[in-house]
Amino acid sequence: MPATLPSVLVDTEWVAQHATDAGVRVVEVDVDTSSYDQGHVPGAVGWNWNTELCDTLVRDIVPAQKLEELLGKSGIDNKTAIVLYGDNNNWFAAWAFWQLKIYGHEDVRIMDGGRKKWLAETRDLSTDKPALKAATYKAGTPDLSLRAFLPEVQQALAGKQTALVDVRSPAEFTGEILSPPGLPETCQRGGHIPGAKSIPWGKNCNDDGTFKSYDDLKALYAAQGISGDQPVIAYCRIGERSSLTWFAMKYLLGFPNVKNYDGSWTEWGNLVGAPVEKP
Amino acid sequence: MVFFFACFAAFALKVVNMKPEDYSRHQQELAGWQVMIETYKLGGVYHCTIANVDPGARIARADGETKAEAESRAMEKATKYLGQTRKFEV
Repeated sequence: MPATLPSVLVDTEWVAQHATDAGVRVVEVDVDTSSYDQGHVPGAVGWNWNTELCDTLVRDIVPAQKLEELLGKSGIDNKTAIVLYGDNNNWFAAWAFWQLKIYGHEDVRIMDGGRKKWLAETRDLSTDKPALKAATYKAGTPDLSLRAFLPEVQQALAGKQTALVDVRSPAEFTGEILSPPGLPETCQRGGHIPGAKSIPWGKNCNDDGTFKSYDDLKALYAAQGISGDQPVIAYCRIGERSSLTWFAMKYLLGFPNVKNYDGSWTEWGNLVGAPVEKP
Repeated sequence: MVFFFACFAAFALKVVNMKPEDYSRHQQELAGWQVMIETYKLGGVYHCTIANVDPGARIARADGETKAEAESRAMEKATKYLGQTRKFEV
C-alpha cells in the first residue's frame, strides 16, 4: 500500500493504546444503534446514524449546525483525530467518515476490522459513557465533489464517461430481492442502473473485517475495468455500504474522482420512468 | 478527609472495563437464508446478534441469561423478519 494512504486506517492495537489520548476521540457508529450499549471500546462515544448523522426532516446528510453540535458535545474540535469504528465491517463508520470529509474534517481514521475484530480479539469493553468536556467545532463549506446527486447519475448514464459501481449483493443487483434478507423492502422496482458494475461491498474486506491489501483491491476493481482514470460513482440502497466502497476507492486506492450516491436504490428504484436493467 | 475525597474521586472517575466472554460466531441457514450468529457474554448478560450473510446486515438481536436463551430469542425474531423477504423471478 502506498506510504501516504494508510494514515486513514488504524488497527485495533493502536486503538487499545491510544483511545483515551488527548486529541484523540474514538467514536462508534453502528447499523444496530443499540450495539454501543452492549459494550464499546472504553472511552468511545456512540453516535446514532439515523438520528444524529442525518437530517431527520428532509432526506439529507447531517446539516452543518447539527454536526457542529454533535462534535462539540462529543468533545471534538477541529484538530481532534477522530477514530471511527462500528459493526458490519464499518458500514456506518464509513458513512460518518464520508460526511466528516464533506464538512472538511482533516484527521479522520477508521479502526480496521471494526467492532467485529475488536470483539473477536476479546478486547476490553465498557458500558459506561465517557464524561466529556464540550468543545467548539466549526464545520467547513460542504465539499460536494464527494457526493453525487440524481442529475449527475442520470448524466453519467447518458454520457458513459463515468463508471457506476453497484455495491449491493448480487441478488439485489439482479432484482431477485428488493432489500437485504430480513430488512424492509424500500423500493418499487428491483434491478440496477443500466451499465452499472456489480462489485459487492464485502469484496473490499477480509474475513476478519479488515480491508484487503492495496494490491488485492486494485485487482478487484481492475477486473471490472475500474482503475481510477475515470470518474466513479458508487451506490447501494441508502448510501452506507457505498460509503465503505467510496472510502476504499478514494483513500485506500487513491482514486481521485469518486463520489457516493447516497440517494442510491431507494431513490432510483422508486423513480417514475427511471431505466432499470435486469438481471 | 482528604483521603476520603481522594478515594471518592477515584471511584467516581473509574471506568469499568470488562472482557467479553464465551464469544462465538457461526454461520447457519435460517428460514432459507444464510445468517451469521454472533454471541458474547458481558457483565452477566449474553448478547446475540444475527446478520444476513449477504450483504451482512444485522436483522435481529436479543439478550439472555444463557447463550442458548439469547440465541433462541434472536433466532425467533430473525425467522419472522426473514420470512417477509420476497424472491422474484429474474
